[in-house]
Amino acid sequence: MTNDFNNKRLMIGNDALCEGAVQAGCQCYFGYPITPQNEVPAYMSWRIPQVGGIFLQAESELAAINMVFGAAAVGARAMTSSSSPGISLKQEGISYLAGAELPCVIVNIMRGGPGLGNIAGSQGDYFQATRGGGHGDYRTICLAPGSVQEMMDLTREAFDLADRYRIPTLILSDGILGQMMEPVIFSNDLNLFDDLPEKDWALTGAKGRPPRVIKSLYMGEGELEERNWRLHDKHKRIEMEIPRCEYLNTEDAEFCLIAFGTAARVARSVVYLAEKEGINLGLLRPITLYPFPKRPIKELARKGVRFLVIEMNLGQMLEDCQLAVNGVTDVFFYGRPGGGIFNPEEILKVVKSYL
Amino acid sequence: MRPVFVRPNALKNVPFRFCPGCHHGIIHRLVAEAIDHFGILDRTIGIAPVGCAVFAYDYFSCDILEVAHGRPPAACTGIKRARPDLIVFSYQGDGDLASIGTAEIIHAANRGENITVIFVNNANYGMTGGQMAPTTLLGQKTKTTPKGRSASSDGYPLKVCEMLATLEGTTYIERVAVNNPGHTKEAGRAIKKAFKVQLENKGFSLIEALASCPTNWEMSPAQANMWIEEKMLKVFPLGIYKDTSETKI
Repeated sequence: MTNDFNNKRLMIGNDALCEGAVQAGCQCYFGYPITPQNEVPAYMSWRIPQVGGIFLQAESELAAINMVFGAAAVGARAMTSSSSPGISLKQEGISYLAGAELPCVIVNIMRGGPGLGNIAGSQGDYFQATRGGGHGDYRTICLAPGSVQEMMDLTREAFDLADRYRIPTLILSDGILGQMMEPVIFSNDLNLFDDLPEKDWALTGAKGRPPRVIKSLYMGEGELEERNWRLHDKHKRIEMEIPRCEYLNTEDAEFCLIAFGTAARVARSVVYLAEKEGINLGLLRPITLYPFPKRPIKELARKGVRFLVIEMNLGQMLEDCQLAVNGVTDVFFYGRPGGGIFNPEEILKVVKSYL
Repeated sequence: MRPVFVRPNALKNVPFRFCPGCHHGIIHRLVAEAIDHFGILDRTIGIAPVGCAVFAYDYFSCDILEVAHGRPPAACTGIKRARPDLIVFSYQGDGDLASIGTAEIIHAANRGENITVIFVNNANYGMTGGQMAPTTLLGQKTKTTPKGRSASSDGYPLKVCEMLATLEGTTYIERVAVNNPGHTKEAGRAIKKAFKVQLENKGFSLIEALASCPTNWEMSPAQANMWIEEKMLKVFPLGIYKDTSETKI
């Protein structure tokens, strides 16, 4: 084992996320102020120029996502970040990015909604993040960090996934993970995929080759349907290849929590608290929200495991869990919206009511 | 025999599908001539907007990026910041640039992005069937101003060149027309100048081209050319509104 002591730093989630982007070789960052993600543009404004990258504060979220669109089209690794209301504004661009199959990374440090909501951490954007979000028939990869370390590592990985599948990739985090401070280990082994496809579609100037077009308009008879089927095939490949989750104590538990991000941190405490009281409680934490890790949930359900989904919203991932379980066993829900957060004792009480 | 008039290399060998008398074809050709003139076809990226000009990707033989309605200046910014060695032009209509994309054009201009914008002003939304545009003249009848545009309810024709010329970030702003051979020649010169400004890294240039839309104006091509001369030029005077290209380094 290598000594990671020198590579260890104390950082907030939003800063760690920026380091993940820098590690991935992110060349362009375009952002716009909104709480609670303001640390991201502030950090990128000095950090990315250090590695020869571009920082630009856009005039709007619309402009920022379209700057990403332009940079991605010429083959650059590009990122933007925002928080819930700003992510809604970016949806137009995300739909175009998906339609044009341009890889990029979009970060949502969620806050309470709807509307202007509040600035507290929340998980209210799960539906938006996992169902495409904008108009049209498409999906985006969606990763949900559960720690400051994962804010860095999953952001780095998000660029590889985006390039590998030519798809916009979302980091779905929240104000709590963005602002909290934890030790982070800077890994020496950074390359996840060394077999990334060459960007033979990028607009680099038609020198010694026919001109290239990147577009999302398909007016010819049947053209768009064919295009949508192609995207669908890609989504199916993604659903086969990259679903990921973390398990805690799921081997012989008969009751299991399902939670992602900040809610999963509380859930972890619930598992330990239950253990002290002699209750055998499991936790399944989806790390990829799209593709959703259906299979492991289905397998637990077949063994008769019952579930409590806990979310900082009114039941959004719940629906994916119900689809995975498909009525085989019980799926209960406990959630708090609008920036409310539960404590472990509160959850344990709910768990006990179902045992 | 030596040919005296040929298709520019920057245009594909396909016929335009624009309506009879539409000026897009002429303006496309002038842009293509400028690209040929500077020999930059293999490093030029063009933007196809939303509107009649979206099919730019079928006509230009450079790489083309199709961009959402009004957002080309932002996409151009992304391209040019990521790859300053590429030559970038956006080609936008009046709805795209002066209505839904007003924020994007003003801020790209104000940042002095080193890009070239071709702004085609035909005083209506052509692709969607002739609705009122921000540049529609007072009194002009459109699908959404059946009694003519009224200042009291619809505001006034938006004057993009005059507005952008006030911004410190802009370098070259000119309004041209292509409704007669003399104007067309001037327009060709202006578009070349706009590309030259970018090639010399001197910043933001915009050429507004007044253009006809005989179909939606419900005029013959000849009448449409006359309407530009008699009506549009009064509201949108031709000329150079800003040129700091000599003093910029």
